[in-house]
Amino acid sequence: MTIASEQIATPAAERRFSPEWLGQGFSKVLLHVVVIGITLIWIIPTLGLFVSSFRPLDQFTASGWWTALVPPFKFTLDNYTGVLDASNLGQSFFNSFMITIPATVIPVTIAAFAAYAFSWMKFWGRDFFFLALVGLLAVPLQGTFVPILKLFVQLGLTADKVGFVGLWLVHTGYGLPFAIYLLANFFRALPTDLFESAEIDGAGTLTVFFRIVLPLSVPAIASLVIFQFLWIWNDYLVALIYVGSTAEVAPLTVTLANLVGSKGQDYQLLTAAAFFSMVVPLIVFFSLQRYFVRGILAGSVKG
Amino acid sequence: MASVTFDHVVKRYTADLTVVKDFNVEIKDKEFMVLVGPSGCGKSTALRMLAGLEAISEGQIRIGDRVVNDIAAKDRDIAMVFQSYALYPHMSVYDNMAFPLQMQHLKKPDIDKRVKSASGILGLDNFLQRKPRALSGGQRQRVALGRAIVRNPKVFLLDEPLSNLDAKLRGQTRIELQKLHRDLETTFIYVTHDQVEAMTMGDRIAIMNAGILQQVGTPGEIYDHPANLFVAGFIGSPTMNFVPATTENGSAKASGFSVKLPKAVSATRGTLGFRPEALTDRVADEASSMQMKVDVVERLGSDQFLYGKVGSDSVTARVDPRMKVDPGDTVKLGLDTRTLHFFDAETELALL
Amino acid sequence: MDFSQLLADVPTLVAVIVGVPVVLAAYIIGGEYLVRLLPDKARPSVRPWIWVGPALAFVGVFLVYPVFGTAYRSLFDLSGDNFVGLSNYANQLSGFPAGGAWIAIRNNLYWLAFFTILVLLFGLLFAVLTDRVPYESPIKSLIFMPMAISFVAIALIWKFMYSYQPPGEPQTGTVNAILAVFHQDPRIWVQDPNLANQALIVAAVWGFVGFAMVILSAALKGIPGDLLEAARVDGAGELTIFRRIIFPLMMPTIVVVGTTLVIFALKAFDIVYVMTNGNYDTDVLANRMYKLLNAAQDYGNASAVAIILVAAVIPVLIFNLRQFRAVEARR
Repeated sequence: MTIASEQIATPAAERRFSPEWLGQGFSKVLLHVVVIGITLIWIIPTLGLFVSSFRPLDQFTASGWWTALVPPFKFTLDNYTGVLDASNLGQSFFNSFMITIPATVIPVTIAAFAAYAFSWMKFWGRDFFFLALVGLLAVPLQGTFVPILKLFVQLGLTADKVGFVGLWLVHTGYGLPFAIYLLANFFRALPTDLFESAEIDGAGTLTVFFRIVLPLSVPAIASLVIFQFLWIWNDYLVALIYVGSTAEVAPLTVTLANLVGSKGQDYQLLTAAAFFSMVVPLIVFFSLQRYFVRGILAGSVKG
Repeated sequence: MASVTFDHVVKRYTADLTVVKDFNVEIKDKEFMVLVGPSGCGKSTALRMLAGLEAISEGQIRIGDRVVNDIAAKDRDIAMVFQSYALYPHMSVYDNMAFPLQMQHLKKPDIDKRVKSASGILGLDNFLQRKPRALSGGQRQRVALGRAIVRNPKVFLLDEPLSNLDAKLRGQTRIELQKLHRDLETTFIYVTHDQVEAMTMGDRIAIMNAGILQQVGTPGEIYDHPANLFVAGFIGSPTMNFVPATTENGSAKASGFSVKLPKAVSATRGTLGFRPEALTDRVADEASSMQMKVDVVERLGSDQFLYGKVGSDSVTARVDPRMKVDPGDTVKLGLDTRTLHFFDAETELALL
Repeated sequence: MDFSQLLADVPTLVAVIVGVPVVLAAYIIGGEYLVRLLPDKARPSVRPWIWVGPALAFVGVFLVYPVFGTAYRSLFDLSGDNFVGLSNYANQLSGFPAGGAWIAIRNNLYWLAFFTILVLLFGLLFAVLTDRVPYESPIKSLIFMPMAISFVAIALIWKFMYSYQPPGEPQTGTVNAILAVFHQDPRIWVQDPNLANQALIVAAVWGFVGFAMVILSAALKGIPGDLLEAARVDGAGELTIFRRIIFPLMMPTIVVVGTTLVIFALKAFDIVYVMTNGNYDTDVLANRMYKLLNAAQDYGNASAVAIILVAAVIPVLIFNLRQFRAVEARR
């Protein structure tokens, strides 16, 4: 339901004192112009990069990307093939998967168990711990790097020894507060009498969790998985800190940033590289938008 | 198949919040007992204590001869129908009904037999594969009933099962529930806030208010002989007329009339109670008549209700539908003293 | 590119994806059997700890302990052997207004103010506008899209937007090209100390408006239509309705979005690091900390900057906690 479309029509004379500037006739056209204009402005940066990625290098410094949209068309795929050869983007692509998928699966699983306990079990300190989790949502990760780095070196959890295990562990720790918060909010909203009925029916804790709560929580869990996946896939700082930027272990974000530094003048490679890094998130986003947005909305809409 | 006994049962949440106070009632085997009362009177809490969903602060609850205070809900051999039905949304009707039996580790063929039998009784055979969201309110309620029936429990507990149905469906389901009770021959304990449901469905009614049991009896007993002011005012629609009065020499004097009491009462001050149907436009006995200034007339076709004032008190009268009355008229009404009640001013107990 | 090496790692990936949930499920199920060995009364007290145990352990090790560890480390010097008390902090906070960490602090405050307000403003505006057009959904998707990509990619996109060619040449950067249309000289956005901060903030705003818009849009739709219709029947115009009904009812959500934006503004790193590396007067605390950590290997000072960052976030943290408890109390 759009709010404007439910308006009650008032005679022109009465409208004088209430500027319904987003309402009838001309104003409606203006509205559409404004909205479409804004959308175009929002698309232009990405569009510019996308078009540029198909232009040969000599065009870059000669004219703006918009000129490529009119004939003569000088498009090429060289940038994409070139960047794969010139850098380790392929390896990085794989690394991103190797980092992201486990770093999503582990916290979601642990969070599901914990969230269930926070929602439907009573234990000493429950409210305190949950409050602490809410507080930890705000903590800047910078405050944790130094001691964890030291710990990892001591325990031999560095990239050269165990690959990405260290990253999986830290992303789990970092991601748990939000994951638990999201799932707990969802679990708590399940109707109490569902649990009471199961209790009378004789279902134990495990049965209730695996056969009732989890199946009903699929949308929330899906949202969390997608949110966490995109978050880690797009993460730069944490990967930079714990895994560094050596070619074998760098994920896409790190490699991309390195390219900016090292091949800053090779614009054509940068554009292709950027889109390389954006392919997977964009696919995930556009196909599963609903769940991603739901993840963002979790706990954000108040009042 | 068992009796249920509440023996001095108390439910206390904190030192100053006691929701059920000294609840004593014995429900016979196969009886349909209704716990009725206004919101917050403790009826649901009493039911939940029986189900095992709330702990019992004091007293004992027995099912048959067995004290169940410390026995887990699933082992009490009861089944409960929740107000919101509490159906598992992601399971089919069949699975919803099979679930409790799976928890009891029954074998598949036995489960199938019981589910099919229950669904037959409730007319759910065509819906077994549907999910709850594809069912109407009435159908969902039947699934909730089915889930209870398959357990063959000793006692059925029903917590306001008709509240979520629309008026027409409510009437139909009331009748079906009574038939079901007859067929299953099991104890039903039914909680509601609706006195019409209580009166029509119960073999006996237990009325509660503010955690205290007010009266237990058959609908007839409760209607004709309410034990106190609360019960008299709670049961019956339109509500009983209450008129403050003083007594002297076997007569009660209200602001607008006086009447000879059929029996002497001990109190000098109190409340006269008489139901709207105790008033009639055919005045038989001048000594028990009154003048009513009519404010509002409600004509329902089969009945006619007059709302107005007698003296300074508001009174409702049920009169012959063919009587010609208009708002503003003053009519003379006769009072049937055989069904007159008098409630003590302090204790509110019925003395008549 | 050597695909064979990549393929060799796929089994590990699969092992982790399948193995972890299986192991954790086994843990929970095993835990439940252990709990069943206990007497009935004891079970509900012991069981929850099995369920929250792993989570609490991870959070404790990776979030709680390190913050204290960082605070402790900040009291030592670069080598970590000598206790220097608060001198790292003195170091960072000396030389006001242009020395130590003050430029970074000043910039973070810029971010805090401008980033937050601009994102909220545009987010609210877009939420209200898109609500009134039938093609709302695709529009919101497109505006929200930048949230799906990394901020490194966003930095790159805007580096291109800000491209500079000397005046007189055809401009290659979108922004400078638009200036050319209005006969203005092109600017070196990202390298001009007077413009760089704004340039970075604009890029970040572009990325985040979709986030604010989506949340505020949901809050907007949560306002019962009856309220607005009643107001219209009462004779209120659209602006009045917005000012006196819609906006106040959305305030709690605006506050929540605002706190998220403030936290982001304080932690901003990716965009700054990739676009300017903190040069041209754009340094921020997160960037400064990284430089101290990585380039200078000065863990003492890096920790001090990290703690300053944590301290900056504390007011927001306390605010969040208060809000949370107020909401819980009303449940």
